[in-house]
Amino acid sequence: MNNKIMKSAILGLFSAALLSACGGGTNFDDPVKDENYSSGDVDLSRYVALGDSLTAGYKDGTVYIDGQLDSFPNTLAGLFAEADGGAFTQPLVADNVGGLLFGGVSNPAFDTRLVLRSTGGVLGPVRQPGMPTTEVFNVQSGPFNNMGVPGAKSFHLLAPNYGNPAGLMVDPATANPFAAYYGFASGTTPIALEAAAQAPTFFTLWIGNNDILGYGASGGDGTDPITGTATFTGAYNGIVGSLTSGGAKGVLVNIPSIVDIPFFTTVLFNAIPLDAANTVAANEAYADYNGGVAALLAGSPDEVAQRTISFSEGQNAIVIEDESLTDLSGSGLPSIRQATADDYVLLTTSSLLGTLRTSGDLTTVIGVGSALTDSEALTATEAAEIEAARNAYNTTIAGLAAGSADLALFDAAALLADLNDGDGISYGTGNVTSIFATGGAFSLDGVHPSARGYAILANGIIDTMNASFNSDLPRTDPTNFTEVFFEFPEDFDFSP
Amino acid sequence: MHAGGYRVAIQGQKALGMAHAGVAMTDSAEAVFFNPAAMIQLDSNLQVTSGLALIYTKNRYQNTDTGSYSQTDTPLGTPVNFFVASKISPNLSVGFGLYTPYGSKVEWETDWVGSHLVNNIDLQSIFLQPTVAYKVNDKFSVGGGPIIAISSVELNRNLNTSLQDENGDRSNVTIEDSGIIDYGYSLGVFFKLTDKLNYGINYRSEIIVKSEGDADFENLPAALSAAAQNGGYTAKLPLPAELTLGLTYQLNEKALLAFDYNYTFWDVYKDLTFNFDSLNAPFPNPSSNPRNYKNSSTYRLGLQYQQNAKLQLRGGIYYDQTPIRDGYFAPETPRGDSLGFTAGMTLQLSKNLEMDVSGLYLYFDEEENSYDFSSEGQFAGEYKVSAWALGLGVSYQF
Repeated sequence: MNNKIMKSAILGLFSAALLSACGGGTNFDDPVKDENYSSGDVDLSRYVALGDSLTAGYKDGTVYIDGQLDSFPNTLAGLFAEADGGAFTQPLVADNVGGLLFGGVSNPAFDTRLVLRSTGGVLGPVRQPGMPTTEVFNVQSGPFNNMGVPGAKSFHLLAPNYGNPAGLMVDPATANPFAAYYGFASGTTPIALEAAAQAPTFFTLWIGNNDILGYGASGGDGTDPITGTATFTGAYNGIVGSLTSGGAKGVLVNIPSIVDIPFFTTVLFNAIPLDAANTVAANEAYADYNGGVAALLAGSPDEVAQRTISFSEGQNAIVIEDESLTDLSGSGLPSIRQATADDYVLLTTSSLLGTLRTSGDLTTVIGVGSALTDSEALTATEAAEIEAARNAYNTTIAGLAAGSADLALFDAAALLADLNDGDGISYGTGNVTSIFATGGAFSLDGVHPSARGYAILANGIIDTMNASFNSDLPRTDPTNFTEVFFEFPEDFDFSP
Repeated sequence: MHAGGYRVAIQGQKALGMAHAGVAMTDSAEAVFFNPAAMIQLDSNLQVTSGLALIYTKNRYQNTDTGSYSQTDTPLGTPVNFFVASKISPNLSVGFGLYTPYGSKVEWETDWVGSHLVNNIDLQSIFLQPTVAYKVNDKFSVGGGPIIAISSVELNRNLNTSLQDENGDRSNVTIEDSGIIDYGYSLGVFFKLTDKLNYGINYRSEIIVKSEGDADFENLPAALSAAAQNGGYTAKLPLPAELTLGLTYQLNEKALLAFDYNYTFWDVYKDLTFNFDSLNAPFPNPSSNPRNYKNSSTYRLGLQYQQNAKLQLRGGIYYDQTPIRDGYFAPETPRGDSLGFTAGMTLQLSKNLEMDVSGLYLYFDEEENSYDFSSEGQFAGEYKVSAWALGLGVSYQF
């Protein structure tokens, strides 16, 4: 070979190296950092979020500052800022311990946040020891872009005085303490109209969860009834009418199934382990009941089978009260049966199972000798009532969204079902499931998402917007959001 | 350079100029590394060569679904080498080598989205190799020697994607160990097939680095501090065996062509498993991270040209397969296949003294891949790696 060719070859290689070194090849062809985002057909300069606890950033059983900062509307607003989004304000509470004070007095119904405590190596949720510092009568002055109110049902958003502090001082209270603290609907103007008065250019509306959840979380005992479909539909149309009156575009979020949330799925229907000796004793204790049911309901063999209580060594179905059974109380027989996979035991009931209903009386083991009361479990019949209402609500929501180009539907129900399908949701840098405490998607109250779960919801809304409004908005990385928290030291300072 | 995984193939400045091909080269004490059997083929009775390279590597990560981006802040890597070869009789040479064939230094931004896999890692291994070569006849020689590997490792990662202490600082673990001594060997054969054609084979054994160091857990929430206490750990990290076949062909009195084929037995790297002395539930212990590497090949083609009595020029190109399978792409060594371009020269400063200069640019394709075996779920994204190296060496012959 010719020496000149050799030299040229070496020179050529050298030049190739230099060229590739200098001529790029060091960064991505399409760097995500340099992306130019756009809001498309939607004006994001004034975003108002309307809804309930899920909009407020409620998690771990209360509202605390970090939870509010990780609310899905706040996350959305941060992403909107990449595409000319406007400022977004929230009515922050006073601390990170959560809970409310009513004139300086704490209230067990508005307790501090749930944290994980290790007891003998087993982790379980407890209320963080500490004193709330958020005084509900210390009314915040708005307006605020985040108008989510924990506890609100659909018709509450149209209710005058829903946040009137005076309504907290009567018994029963006629106002919502969160709404009062936030300064919403303190007079005759309801929240939906206050939201409309902010002249939003864009809104999210996620309301209706409490219209069924209240019934479910009270075990369907009737103290917190399901909102009738007509009431819901009327309220929902009214709220959307107010919000769109100024030409705003919005995303409507539908109602997930309660049986996709850990509050109803964590405690299994057969959560009672029995050994041989206890099996014999438990069966003997129900011999009279079984015999009575068989005699009195001889004409209804199905109900006899349903009500016959039988235990065997191993895992056993919990004994529950079911008011839909034939009333045999006149004969001294309670309306009880063993749960099936179609019944749901509340997460809050899990700490009761296996304990004694009557102290010292070993025949009152809860779930075995003592049935779960109506408020401690949700029967299949009650769950079906909830599901029927939910489907009706979602039909209303989907119909409204389909009827207007300015409205898009985010299918939160599908997202939560996805989280609960076993594999959970993989979002690129990690994976979460709806398994209580360890799955990552839900906070420790078993109803509300974790910050990471809220981030996944925010991404879902972004996807909906990009599909509906011709926008190119960025998503967030759920990995940058927290899951659950462990108990803080007693002297920890929760002030901001 | 980064010959896949954590192998750093810069063991000679002359060889680096020509694609790091050298198993059949006979002009430098670099033969101690490349092929002990070639040591006896050196012209001079005593040759010393030493070199240092500066490596600059940039790793970039992005995920277009989540918008996350991170890059490494990577200090310069500095592989060194020192080789001496002495002919104590016409048929017998003895030599010694010090070189750093394995290493990985990657520092992602702390608490980045992949921090549960790695925040930073610094792996170093220094090989010491006494060597002997014997010329069986004019056409054939053999050589070899034991290897003493002195390794150190430091790795920090967050315990998972979420856990933090009360102040919001992420819970993490640092494992650290140094002065780990393990043993291996290098064997070579060399054939002078014709006046122009040389052929060599080198086999370097695998060395399993058995680390027993300290694990330091930081930023645990008080409620979990009892579950993760500082203490010892054990782990095994394989430095795989490597087989190299190569030849050189003297094209004319000035030009020489070299070709090396490396086959690296990466399949020994099944998993990276840490057994912690004092890590308890709810944390998994041992912490096992599947790697499942595959054996890989590297093809190296180099040219050397004697410009004049004082100047040699070199150039080379190589293709380096990654040992990492799809789905096992972890950000501690985020490297796919690469293409290396090298150039170098040797200046004859005096009758006995030479200076070697070499440069390398390593091109990696944009890699879209994932690590699917974390308990936290799949970690996916795009990676872009680029690397440069500049080497300087001196050689002295007596």
